[in-house]
Amino acid sequence: MLLSALPTAADPPQLLPAREQMAFTLGFHIILVPFGLAFTFMMLVCHYRALRRGDQQALVLAQRWSKVAAVLFAVGAVSGTVLTFELGLLWPGLMGTYGPAFGFPFAVEGLFFFLEAIFVAIYIYGWRRLPPWPHFFTGVVVTLAGVGGTASVIAANSWMNQPAGIEVRNGRVVGVVPSQVFFNGAFWWEMVHMLLAAYIVAGFMVAGVYAWGLLKGRRDHYHRLGFAVPFTVAAIAMPLQFLVGDTIARQVYDREPAKFSAIELLPTTGDHVPETLGGIFADGKVRYGVQLPDVASILAGFTPSTTIKGLDAIPAAVRPTDSAVSIVHLAFDVMVATASLLLLLALWFAWLWWRRREVPTDRWFLRSSAVSGLVALVCLESGWVVTEVGRQPWTVVGLLLTENAVATQGNLWPLFATVLVIYACVAVGALYVLRTLRRRWSEQGTEAAVVPYGPWAAPATNGPPFAGGDA
Amino acid sequence: MTDLIAVVLFIGVIAYALFGGADYGAGFWDLTAGGAARGRPVRELVNVSVSPVWEANHTWLIFCFVTIWTAFPQAFTAMTTTLYIPLGLAALGIVARGSGFAFRHALAQGRGELVSGVAFACSSVLTPFFFGAVAGGIASGRVPSAGHGDALSSWLNPTSVLGGVLAVTVCAYLAAVFLTGQARRRADTPLEEAFRHRAFAAGIVAGLVALVGVFVLRADSPRLFHQLSTVGAPLLAVSGLCGLAALLLLRKGGPPVVRTLAAIAITTVVAGWGVAQYPYLLGTHLTIQQAAAPPATLWVLIAVSFVAVVLIVPSLLLLYGLQLRRKLG
Repeated sequence: MLLSALPTAADPPQLLPAREQMAFTLGFHIILVPFGLAFTFMMLVCHYRALRRGDQQALVLAQRWSKVAAVLFAVGAVSGTVLTFELGLLWPGLMGTYGPAFGFPFAVEGLFFFLEAIFVAIYIYGWRRLPPWPHFFTGVVVTLAGVGGTASVIAANSWMNQPAGIEVRNGRVVGVVPSQVFFNGAFWWEMVHMLLAAYIVAGFMVAGVYAWGLLKGRRDHYHRLGFAVPFTVAAIAMPLQFLVGDTIARQVYDREPAKFSAIELLPTTGDHVPETLGGIFADGKVRYGVQLPDVASILAGFTPSTTIKGLDAIPAAVRPTDSAVSIVHLAFDVMVATASLLLLLALWFAWLWWRRREVPTDRWFLRSSAVSGLVALVCLESGWVVTEVGRQPWTVVGLLLTENAVATQGNLWPLFATVLVIYACVAVGALYVLRTLRRRWSEQGTEAAVVPYGPWAAPATNGPPFAGGDA
Repeated sequence: MTDLIAVVLFIGVIAYALFGGADYGAGFWDLTAGGAARGRPVRELVNVSVSPVWEANHTWLIFCFVTIWTAFPQAFTAMTTTLYIPLGLAALGIVARGSGFAFRHALAQGRGELVSGVAFACSSVLTPFFFGAVAGGIASGRVPSAGHGDALSSWLNPTSVLGGVLAVTVCAYLAAVFLTGQARRRADTPLEEAFRHRAFAAGIVAGLVALVGVFVLRADSPRLFHQLSTVGAPLLAVSGLCGLAALLLLRKGGPPVVRTLAAIAITTVVAGWGVAQYPYLLGTHLTIQQAAAPPATLWVLIAVSFVAVVLIVPSLLLLYGLQLRRKLG
């Protein structure tokens, strides 16, 4: 991702650091999004099971997961705030001109985030003293607000891909049709794509932790449940994601030809276009890579005679650079490849489950599951590279070039360097905290003694019927 | 309608100053609590008081940002292209602060707790300073309409430094008042006593800074001084009276009364700034009217604000209510 744009002589000097910093901070933040959005849902599934069936182990899982969610939500909240700052600090050309259009979905997002922050706190700190079912429903608000918040952010992002609903005069937005801005052409599918991605990433990542435990021989109900709930969610979302992804690809073919030609690594417009796997684009030519005859045309329009616009159909002045094309293409390949692996894993799970009706414990299956979270993460990141780099050189397609959106003041490199250092500390800190929590939980029963603060330090007094477990 | 949005924006600023301010101030007392053993009671109080509410309190900042860039895009870019240094540092401070706090909460005693605690406490003091400096830069008219003002003098000037110092002391004062009440609710008399002293000291310091500020503004930002001493004067008078009353009542009055008085004191100071700026958004060169986005956008923002009043306000009251009744944790 850091190579997202090799600079050319004509680029303003701030473009590279601004772009790298944005890519880095977005790439960091996007890892946390699935946890705020989808992990909380899995936590509620366990919580529901605990309340309905009196399943103690499910309750322990829900309580522990809420603690993990709290830490990750906090980091996600602050890294999201940094993005808010960066939109202004790095891209004044975007916010100054298109703020009236592009900005208001963020206001809607702010609303949802507010709800999320309030109810996440009530849920996380409410285990001991709130009545069980009202407490559960505060968690439901969290997951719903997460969906609303994601939809709003995607509305802004998809608008940059397929802008609509504005009237520009003398470089100023003079008219706005809010519904067209929010529900722009790319909105619905992009939103569903991201929602499913969040459930897939969080599902595989959490399941991976318990797959590791199962591999180590911890085959108790707690570990089986901890594996089965998130894995099932991810396994259900995975095939749906393929359908959605395929639909989006055809929509991109229709409405974002430049992005599509970069994805397909296609220099010239034509029919009977082969699908190129791997390979790069250099000096206007496709190098290396394996070509499958006619496949790209068939995928785009169901017949080999389907014409696909190549890079030559884009005016030279706004044609993406060779390096951008290569990055988009490779990122797309990585996304499809990793998603296919995850789909196979989901099918494997379905097959094993169908035969034995219990959580599979085959070693190779568990090993694959243990790494599936990281694979899903790579898939998510590469998907974002496709959509973001695929839009270049535009920030808002057809309206605003990235070089005109970028900040021109000061020197951005020191800021970027500081960001790298602080984010590295945060990442190390977060991993350290998660490891500490895991270790504490694996030494069952001792945690109450060593936690200095917080709700679990003292024994439960008048909590819900089965609170006061060891979480 | 444009003015209405400006008012909405300013309500956001006031809410952030109050709620976010109290959180930052808690970090100030955390920083000055003393060594690991001696400072533990204070840090524990800060933890239990702030943990459930800080994320919600922090959201006001996002609200302000979003409102300003949507409703007043030109003013927003003028600010970010001029005040990018303090804004960038504040953003980094927010990261260090939030992560540090969340990590400390989850960690057991030891080095990890210490490191994350230091990150939280230090950035709790630096971040409001930078925000105060940003406010000073805007209020003193150092942000040109077209942006790209001087990168250093726009926030390293007497008014900005005053804004920064005032922000830090006001945060400390607010937090001490809130924490006095929290300690009392936990029937922790020594801690209650300690925070009452702190509130008193911070209140005095904040008052002194404000008094010195009068002279600073007269010399450095004559227009702001003039406005504050005319149209802003009633609000500032209310602020001064409430601040004084809160100090006098600290010993005898119930925490809700003192808290309300302190909150009014802060609200009226910030509102005074808003009134003094009016009808300008930046200095005397960009009016609210000139900077406004097209009407449709403003209507959406008003609708969002309306929904916020319906949805967010009761939720916030629920959160604070549960927190005050110690149902959380």
